[in-house]
Amino acid sequence: MDLQGFGHLLISGTWITIQLAIASLLVGLVFGLMGAAAKLSDNRIARWLATGYTTLVRGLPELLLVLAIYFGGAQILMWIAGWFGYDEFIEVGQFTAGVAALSIAFGAYATEVFRMAMLAIPKGQWEAGLACGMSKPRTFFRIILPQVWRLAIPGLGNLFQVLLKDTALVSVVGLNDIMRQSQVAISSTKEPFTFFMVAALIYLLLTAAATSFTMLMERMSNPAARGNRS
Amino acid sequence: MKMRKLFAVAALIAGSLVSAQSATAGDKIRIATEGAYAPFNMVDSNGELIGFDVEIAKALCAEMKADCEIVAQDWDGIIPGLRARKYDAIIASMSITEERLRVVDFSEKYYSNVLAYVTKDGSNIEVTKAGLKGKTVGAQRATIAGQFLEDNLGDVVDVKLYDTQDNAYLDLQAGRLDALLSDKFPAFDWLRTEEGAGYAFTGEDIDINDEIGIAVRKGDALSGKFSTAIKAIVADGTYAKINEKYFPFSIY
Amino acid sequence: MSWEWGVIWQYLPRLLEGAWLTLELVLVSGLIGIALAIPLALMRASDNYWVKALPFLYIYFFRGTPLLVQIFLVYYGASQFDIIRESILWPVLKEAYWCAIIAFSLNTAAYSAELFRSAIQAIPVGELEAAEAVGMNRSLQIRRIVLPRAFGIALPAYGNEVILMLKGSALASTITLLDLTGAARTISARSYTNMEMYLAAGVIYLAISALIIGLFRFMEYRFNRYQYYNHVDTPKDLDPQLRDPHIDR
Repeated sequence: MDLQGFGHLLISGTWITIQLAIASLLVGLVFGLMGAAAKLSDNRIARWLATGYTTLVRGLPELLLVLAIYFGGAQILMWIAGWFGYDEFIEVGQFTAGVAALSIAFGAYATEVFRMAMLAIPKGQWEAGLACGMSKPRTFFRIILPQVWRLAIPGLGNLFQVLLKDTALVSVVGLNDIMRQSQVAISSTKEPFTFFMVAALIYLLLTAAATSFTMLMERMSNPAARGNRS
Repeated sequence: MKMRKLFAVAALIAGSLVSAQSATAGDKIRIATEGAYAPFNMVDSNGELIGFDVEIAKALCAEMKADCEIVAQDWDGIIPGLRARKYDAIIASMSITEERLRVVDFSEKYYSNVLAYVTKDGSNIEVTKAGLKGKTVGAQRATIAGQFLEDNLGDVVDVKLYDTQDNAYLDLQAGRLDALLSDKFPAFDWLRTEEGAGYAFTGEDIDINDEIGIAVRKGDALSGKFSTAIKAIVADGTYAKINEKYFPFSIY
Repeated sequence: MSWEWGVIWQYLPRLLEGAWLTLELVLVSGLIGIALAIPLALMRASDNYWVKALPFLYIYFFRGTPLLVQIFLVYYGASQFDIIRESILWPVLKEAYWCAIIAFSLNTAAYSAELFRSAIQAIPVGELEAAEAVGMNRSLQIRRIVLPRAFGIALPAYGNEVILMLKGSALASTITLLDLTGAARTISARSYTNMEMYLAAGVIYLAISALIIGLFRFMEYRFNRYQYYNHVDTPKDLDPQLRDPHIDR
C-alpha cells in the first residue's frame, strides 16, 4: 500500500491513541474499583450513587459523553469552582476531555467486573484473615485484592479492547489520534478507502497486542497455572 | 532576479536585527495561529507556519517594531489559551462575533469574509432559493456558512453538515452534494488544487458582514496598536503585496 | 453557568425527530444484522476448517476495529473508486442513511454471530441426539431445535448487544445524519446551549435504553418460559389420571 509519505503522521497518531488508551485505563480502573467498593458497601447512599453511575453511563452513547465533556466540561468545572469563589477561566483540553470521557465509560463497566470478582471470593477468606489478626484493610489488600485481580483480568481485558476502539471517537473533537491523522492524510491524497483501511489495520494490530497482553497478565496473576500452560 | 533575492535576504537580516533590539526593550508579543486553515494559516513540510495570516502577522510586527513569536494552537483551545496568557494575540482568521466579544477584544478587521457557492462545472444550478429547491447543499457544522444555509434555505433544500471542511469536499467530489456553501477564500484555494479542477464558484458572493480581526485579551491596549498597524500596512502597500500572493482580488 | 431550560422545549420536536431516526437505524440494521449473523454463526460452529475460516476473518475484522472506521470506510471509502460511483450500487451508497445501515448491520452481525455461535455450542448434546434419534435430518434439526434453542439461550446477551448498537448509532451523526446525537450537535452548534442539548439527548437515550431492556425482559419471559415455570400453580382439580407425578408434588 502506498502511504505517499504520510506514514510518520499515522505513527504519531498511533502513539497518541496508545497514550490515550493507557491513561484512560489507569483512571478507569480507579473508577471501577471505587464503584465496586461503593456497590458492595453498607452505606446506602454510596450504593445508590454507584448504581446511578453505572446505569447512566451504560445507557449513554460514548460519543455523546465525549462531546458533553469536551464542550461542557469547562462550563461545569467553572460553575463548581465559582461556588468556591474561583472565577478564572478553566481550560479542558482535548486529551483531558478524552481521558475523562473514556475512563468514565470504562469505569462503569469495570465496576460490574470488579463487583462480580469480589463476590466470587468466599466469605471464609475474610473471616480467616480477620482470625489471623489482620485488620480489615490489610485483609483486603493482602488476601482479597490479589485474587479479585486474577478473577477480573479476563473481563477487564475485554473492556480494554472496547476502550481501545472507543479512542477513535476522540478524533471528533480534534485530538490527533489515528483517525484524525488518517483524515489529514486523506485531505491531501483524496484516498479515503486506502487510509481508513490502514487505520483499521493499525487498530487490529493494537487490539491483537492487547489480547496477548491480557493473556500474559492472566498467567502472571495466577501462580497455580504458570507451570501448566505454555 | 538575483538582486531582488539578495535584497530580500538583506531585508530579513535587517529585520531580525531590529527585532533583536526591541526584544531587549521587553515587548515581545506572542501570537497564536491554528495552522490548519489553508491558505490563511498552515504548516509546510518543514513544520514552519506559513500562510496569509502568518505573513500579515509578520508585517504587523515589523510595522510595530515589535519582536514576535508565532505559535500554533488548536482551534478549540485557541481562545482559552489567550485568556490563560499562553500568548497575547490570535491572528487566525477569526471572525468578530458577539459571542467572542464577550470574552476577548478585537482589533479592527484585517480582511472581510464572504460566502460563496461551489458547484460542478456545467451543472447549471442557479443558486437562488428557487433554483436550489430540492437540491442537497453542504457546509461545515458550527460555521457561519452552515448557519446561513439553515436560516435562509433550511425549508427548501436538504442541508448536510460536516464535521470538517475536507469531508464536505470529499462528498462534493463523490457527487453526494449538488452545491457547497463555504467561506470564499479557502474554497478559492481548493479550487486551484488538482481535486478542485472541474468545480467553480457559482452566483454572487454572499456578504454576511463577517469581519476578521485580531483577538487580544479584554482590556489589552494591543488591540489599538494592531488596528493602527493594520491601517499603516494597508496604506503603504505592504498589505496589497501579501494579498496578491494569495488572491487575485482584494480581500480587505 | 446558567441553564436555559427553555431551549430544550423549543427544540424538543427536532430532538424527537432525531430519536425516531435513531430507533429506525437500530431496528433496521438489527434485523439485517440477525439475518447475516445466523449463517455466519452456523458456519463458525462447523467442524470444517475452511468453512470456519471465512466467518472467523469477518468477525475478527469487525470486532477488532472501531465502528467509526467502519462507517467512514463505507461512506467516504466507497466514493474513492470510480467503479463503485458508476455502478448500480451508487444510488444506495450515495445516501448517508444506507451507508449507516450497511456499516451498523455488518458490525452488529459480527458481534451477534459470536453470541449465536456460543449459544449453539451451549445446546446440550443430548437434545441434538434426541432429535437425531427421532429421525430428523440436519436441516430440520437446525430449524426445529438448534435455532429456537440458541435463540432462547442468546436472548439476554443479545439484549446487551442491542443496547450497544443504540449507543453506536450516535456515530451516524459523523456522516451528516440527523439522528438524536446529530440533532443535538447541530442545534447546540448554533444556539450555544451544548449542555442543555446533550442533557436532553442523554435523557432520551436513557429512556430508549430502558424501553429496550424492558422489551427484552418481556421476550425472555415469553421464550424461556420453562425457566420461570411455577410448579405450585399446577391446577389441583385436574383429572388425577392426567397428573404428572413429577410436577404435582
